Amino acid sequence: MKVGVLALQGAFGLHVKALERLGIDAIEVRSLDNFDASEALIIPGGESTTMSFLLESSGIFDSLRERSAEGMPILGTCAGMILLSSKITDGRSDQKPLNLMSVEIRRNGYGRQIDSFESDLSIEGFDASFRGIFIRAPLVESVGEEVEVLAEVNGRPVMCRQGSIIATSFHPELADDDRIHAEFLEMVSSS
Amino acid sequence: MDELNRDTGTRLVKRGLAEMLKGGVIMDVVDADQAKIAEDAGATAVMALERVPADIRRDGGVARMSDPEMIEDIKNAVTVPVMAKARIGHFAEAQVLQSIGVDYIDESEVLTPADEAHHIDKWKFDAPFVCGATNLGEALRRISEGACLIRSKGEAGTGNIVEAVRHLRSILGDIGRISQADSAELFDWAKKLQAPLPLVQEVSETGELPVPIFCAGGIATPADASLVMQLGAQAVFVGSGIFKSEDPAPRARAIVEATTNYLDPSILAKVSRKLGEPMTGIEMDSIETRLAERGW
Repeated sequence: MKVGVLALQGAFGLHVKALERLGIDAIEVRSLDNFDASEALIIPGGESTTMSFLLESSGIFDSLRERSAEGMPILGTCAGMILLSSKITDGRSDQKPLNLMSVEIRRNGYGRQIDSFESDLSIEGFDASFRGIFIRAPLVESVGEEVEVLAEVNGRPVMCRQGSIIATSFHPELADDDRIHAEFLEMVSSS
Repeated sequence: MDELNRDTGTRLVKRGLAEMLKGGVIMDVVDADQAKIAEDAGATAVMALERVPADIRRDGGVARMSDPEMIEDIKNAVTVPVMAKARIGHFAEAQVLQSIGVDYIDESEVLTPADEAHHIDKWKFDAPFVCGATNLGEALRRISEGACLIRSKGEAGTGNIVEAVRHLRSILGDIGRISQADSAELFDWAKKLQAPLPLVQEVSETGELPVPIFCAGGIATPADASLVMQLGAQAVFVGSGIFKSEDPAPRARAIVEATTNYLDPSILAKVSRKLGEPMTGIEMDSIETRLAERGW
């Protein structure tokens, strides 16, 4: 199974380690060639403005939209969720999302770093709680009908699924818990 | 927000932000306009300060924390994290920075130290701290005081990469040697490095620092960024190198591209073209004040 981790910037190294623990050699995706070699993609946390610009300059932006339309499985965490969203508020006016998931996002909606937090989450389909680590996290303002909400904090979605895309506003790669990655790999192998 | 089990300022939350900054470029800016140029170019964060290190070096005198008003202006101008510097040991400056919601505090040798014996007890803060280091012992002492991110110091404000390379090689070289050492040798390493034994043992076991390591002090070109990333830095700080160059915006963007594509010389060659003059560098022998010698 060839799983790519977008390595333009951010916490890609921790996703690679999580995949390694699950027996998968990840591809670090910095170029279109790396991307084309991947069957599935993880978009890590990081700075979404930086990643937006590097997605465009590397040419991955358009390819990613095409491959997603063909059903490529994608997991986006934090900045990854922002990039996958359909609308971004409180971002830069020129920041263009991939528009692959029907969620509207407010950047840094939970506040600045000083407000970053941990919280136990109850996730749909998981027996035990999952430690959610939220760092300058995006707030989901609204979701479309086609979006399944898998976890919430204070009545706001923090984990969503739409078709073959899973997005979280927290960082599963920072928790010492690979269940979300395992579930993503299961989705990849059945796709 | 009134979430029941919501914990802020935890070790994971504080260390996590540094993970998000990996593979990126943190740029020194002195006002909102520069901050916007930095963000436009793809900076992952900006460091708000009144004078870049090259000017601090030129002007002399005591360098202190920046005006909170100016830091707030920069916070309001950009969406990326904003860092700011406090003097070594000046915990009151750090308290001020935390209270205005700065995302990262740099306890920095670029400013004039306020305490000749003690760094700040960084565990007492909810805001994460970055500290400079010239060698592994210094890095581990800062981590034992609660630093969530280490940057090799280099020599700020010189545009000369030689010191950054020396410090990175020293830190990462010793990490390599410690990971080969047997358990009995680690006691001697801890003594030599003047670092806590449990941290030395952790480095030996994992083969890496317990927190990320970035590079600062002297980066002026895309190739400089590639050099230090290849040596093992996980992100770069660029101080005077951008806004003291002839044409800051394209240079900033080129350094961002170079930091992501540091392993691809053909991309480096492409982005290094027509950037104008870099900042004028300074030879190490010709400088009077070595900022890297501040702190211990």
